[in-house]
Amino acid sequence: MTTATTELKQDLIDYAARLGDDAIVLGHRLSEWTSKGPFLEEDIALSNVALDYIGRARMYYTYAAELSGNGKTEDDFAYLRDERQFQNHLINELPRGDFAYTIARQLFLDVYHTHYLAALKNTTDETLAAIAAKGIKETRYHLRRSTDWTLRLGDGTAESHQRMQTAIDDLWGYTHEIFEHDELEQRLIEAGVAVDASSFKAQWLADVKAVLEEATLTVPDAEWAVRGGREGYHTENLGHLLTEMQFLHRAYPNSKW
Amino acid sequence: MSLENLELFEVFVRSARGLDHKHAGSLHAVDHEHALEYARDVYTRRSEGVSIWVVKSRDICSSQEDDSDSFFDPSDDKPYRHATYFPLPKEVGNM
Repeated sequence: MTTATTELKQDLIDYAARLGDDAIVLGHRLSEWTSKGPFLEEDIALSNVALDYIGRARMYYTYAAELSGNGKTEDDFAYLRDERQFQNHLINELPRGDFAYTIARQLFLDVYHTHYLAALKNTTDETLAAIAAKGIKETRYHLRRSTDWTLRLGDGTAESHQRMQTAIDDLWGYTHEIFEHDELEQRLIEAGVAVDASSFKAQWLADVKAVLEEATLTVPDAEWAVRGGREGYHTENLGHLLTEMQFLHRAYPNSKW
Repeated sequence: MSLENLELFEVFVRSARGLDHKHAGSLHAVDHEHALEYARDVYTRRSEGVSIWVVKSRDICSSQEDDSDSFFDPSDDKPYRHATYFPLPKEVGNM
């Protein structure tokens, strides 16, 4: 194997793991709503979305593990890496907040994934394309939910409107990072493997704007932006999340149901 | 959110093409669209269905226990309404 293809293979492992990180961290955050949802039906619906993300993480991690060889499995990626090795975008790890906060984050990410997975379906990598094809169906349903809820809460009572607006303002600075890429992803973009998210940022903004305006919410024009997830620099929240998520596996290695 | 802002819906699920929609249960939601989404999450998450109907529970007109005498008892003594009393001509075969 030439150096170029070896490097690209390592890039691909890292890329699949990153997408897995995004999915598992958000899936775990959403799973925190299980048994704490505002009412039974929404509790089940949110848990379903959480499961979709965890399922997606498993596919990405399994692929990364396959490529890695050495008997690695999805569990090595999910449970046996520490904070600095996780490379998820920061928006995924922020605490679940109140219901409005969860919905606002989902709206931003559901619109994002609608475009991201549509692009990933056309990747030259067959496995990633298959994962994207499955994921996009789930995401279209997620988007329907988050759009509905944004309209309902934004255009609802004074309190629900205020909570939605606060959530949107608090999250806005975390939405810039998800459209950027580093050299690793640049190499994969040139190889036709990775998605260049910057290509649909304008469309994302237009889509989000349309929903927020219909919901009588204000699109923030704040300049602040937080970055670092893809480099392994995290907010203080990820460590706590991993502590809970990885506890069982680390305390009882290789235990089975 | 409290349940007082929500309405009760009855959910009917068709498990396969060609079969009837069957009553699956009920749930709370804001409106029909919302109810349809929850019905999908609550009643078809183990791929039980290919089609869902939702109906507001209050739109269902239901017979009452008090109606039993006049509604159902009169059919008890009219067994000739059952097709079993009619001999089947041989030509028909199995039916």
